[in-house]
Amino acid sequence: MAVTQVKVDATEARLAAIPAPDKGAAWIEAARDAARARLREMGLPGRRDEYWKFTRPDSLTAPEAPAAALFEMGEPQVFDGFDRVKLVFVDGVFDADSSDDPALAGVEIERLATAAQTDIHWARETYGILEARGQTPVPRPLAALNTACAGDGVLIRATARAEKPISLIYRHESKTSDAYLHHVIRVESGAELTLLENGPAAARFNKVMEVDIADGGRFNHVRAQGRDHERRAATHIFARLGAEAVFKSFTMTVNGQMTRNECVVEMAGDDAVAHVAGAAMGDGDFHDDDTVFVTHDAERCESRQVFKKVLRGGAVGVFQGKILVKAGAQKTDGYQISQSLLLDGDSQFLAKPELEIYADDVVCSHGSTTGAIDADTLYYLRSRGLPKAEATDLLVLSFLAEAVEEIEDDALRNEVTARLGAWLARRRG
Amino acid sequence: MLEIKNLHVKLKDEDTVILKGVNLTVEPGRVHAIMGPNGSGKSTLSYVLSGRDGYEVTAGEAWLDGVNILELEPEERAAAGLFLAFQYPVEIPGVGNMTFLRTAVNAQRKARGQEEISSTDFLKLVRERAKTLDIDAEMLKRPVNVGFSGGEKKRNEILQMAMLEPRMCILDETDSGLDVDAMKLVAKGVNALRDADRSFLVITHYQRLLDHIEPDVVHIMSAGRIIRSGGPELAIEVEKNGYADIKAEAV
Ligand SMILES: Nc1ncnc2c1ncn2[C@@H]1O[C@H](COP(=O)(O)OP(=O)(O)O)[C@@H](O)[C@H]1O
Ligand SMILES: [Mg+2]
Repeated sequence: MAVTQVKVDATEARLAAIPAPDKGAAWIEAARDAARARLREMGLPGRRDEYWKFTRPDSLTAPEAPAAALFEMGEPQVFDGFDRVKLVFVDGVFDADSSDDPALAGVEIERLATAAQTDIHWARETYGILEARGQTPVPRPLAALNTACAGDGVLIRATARAEKPISLIYRHESKTSDAYLHHVIRVESGAELTLLENGPAAARFNKVMEVDIADGGRFNHVRAQGRDHERRAATHIFARLGAEAVFKSFTMTVNGQMTRNECVVEMAGDDAVAHVAGAAMGDGDFHDDDTVFVTHDAERCESRQVFKKVLRGGAVGVFQGKILVKAGAQKTDGYQISQSLLLDGDSQFLAKPELEIYADDVVCSHGSTTGAIDADTLYYLRSRGLPKAEATDLLVLSFLAEAVEEIEDDALRNEVTARLGAWLARRRG
Repeated sequence: MLEIKNLHVKLKDEDTVILKGVNLTVEPGRVHAIMGPNGSGKSTLSYVLSGRDGYEVTAGEAWLDGVNILELEPEERAAAGLFLAFQYPVEIPGVGNMTFLRTAVNAQRKARGQEEISSTDFLKLVRERAKTLDIDAEMLKRPVNVGFSGGEKKRNEILQMAMLEPRMCILDETDSGLDVDAMKLVAKGVNALRDADRSFLVITHYQRLLDHIEPDVVHIMSAGRIIRSGGPELAIEVEKNGYADIKAEAV
């Protein structure tokens, strides 16, 4: 389909407004050129696009980032209590002084801005490659824009089991910052890595993370997006899994005027496992969109999508989730659930669950529900002495639990639960 | 302790009248039983006392230690010392039984101006009380009532009662769906809590529970009223002859 003139103009305006990253080595410049060409072919997302039916892309595509107030965290941040390697990005630029020494046994950690100057680099096999693979069957123009324009990010290659997590910490210090980060992660055969992400990144944030997991590799990802309410964020994860590889990604989202998290997973090797989960809570002009696309292209793989959203005061939650089972992906086990808990009549949950199956010997299920707090359960808790607000919060946490339980590590799971509880307690006053 | 005067209750959204003038006084330290055919209003009475939504009190009062509890929120009634062991305990996925118990204990302590119970004291207390009811560590860890058998749910209700130490305990058909052994266990749990300051209102369909929890007074409820009161022998009479004679007599 030809790109409309409106889209052409918007795309060119957007590209022109982004300062070009420092010129890098031939491989990355080639990847950027290819991404720019991809983007021009698709055009930026528009309101009429089917894939943007529930989420207005305007604030994500406008030439200038809408200003966002800086958020002061008074208390310790999520994951602060964990032993980890911290890498700090301020408004989309790596901050070496605030970061830990990027040294971790069995793991190579490098800044994209530096690696981009190197003629030969392992990341050339992945940078922009998984993103490009993820552009069919559904275009994801904001990800191509990122590949074309991102000047910084982190490249991580795990060759063994990392003894502690790598923690990406984002900071927002400029009110109108428009940040692009592109991370590339390669988990080699038999290696294992846990990646944490948290913090307000910028007024507007566009992030792509490409994750390539070789046979038998394991990747755990726990992300906290929170509390900087004026944030506009479009993030993409593109993951490719080899045989017996494991990919687990969990995202907690509280607050945020515009969050679009896309996760594109390709099960390329037999017996791989991918779990993508999210727990979101917001009120007022909160808009949170999880768009997930899992492709089964190998035998006996298992995928799970578990998304829960708690909405009130006019908040909007969106879930678009798809399981695509290609011909030959026999014995696929695919599961998808998306549920919302509406705490009042003003909020909305918009869901589009999809299955597309071309193999005959598969088990796939999906479900989507919207509900309110159960009156009998609330009464039961109150009859035991819990005040109404506290009882409601307990039920909110209990609703989110199925998603939070997707976090494998006990300590991380407890941390996320505690953060969700603290957010609720703060709202209660 | 508990004084119910001329209580009239209808459904909030319908004209159906369920309780038609209930009068009942339970003295401190006493165990009263309410028996009656299905649909006579026993559960409704217990729900209205504990503050469930959906009912409208059109006349009457219910006093607990000098407070008209009908004006209180359900959690305030709990803090005032009222406890209802549900006929159908609710399942709460995602909330651990232990977390639930501690949250409830602390909420009531807070409402009474007491400090939170320490983790060690709480654990010690739970283990001790759970043991009496044959509730193991596994059951304490599981989400509240999820996947519990009928008997486990009822024992779990009694555990909550034991932990919250209410002054006025209402048990709604705690024996229904239990085999004899489970019923004995529940009765043992209840009897362990009997003391001079605590009262019980035991609602049951059958006399057999009253063999194990011996009541001081037995009331017969029919069509929204208490139609007869007497000693433990009244329960035996009902068991033998059914409700028909008593109902006929009361008309
Ligand atoms: N929420 C309700 N909606 C409709 N009918 C109700 C409701 N609660 C009670 N009732 C009716 O009121 C009567 C008394 O019920 P209940 O109190 O459960 O009796 P019991 O516990 O003695 O069996 C029954 O006829 C029952 O159907
Ligand atoms: Mg009943």
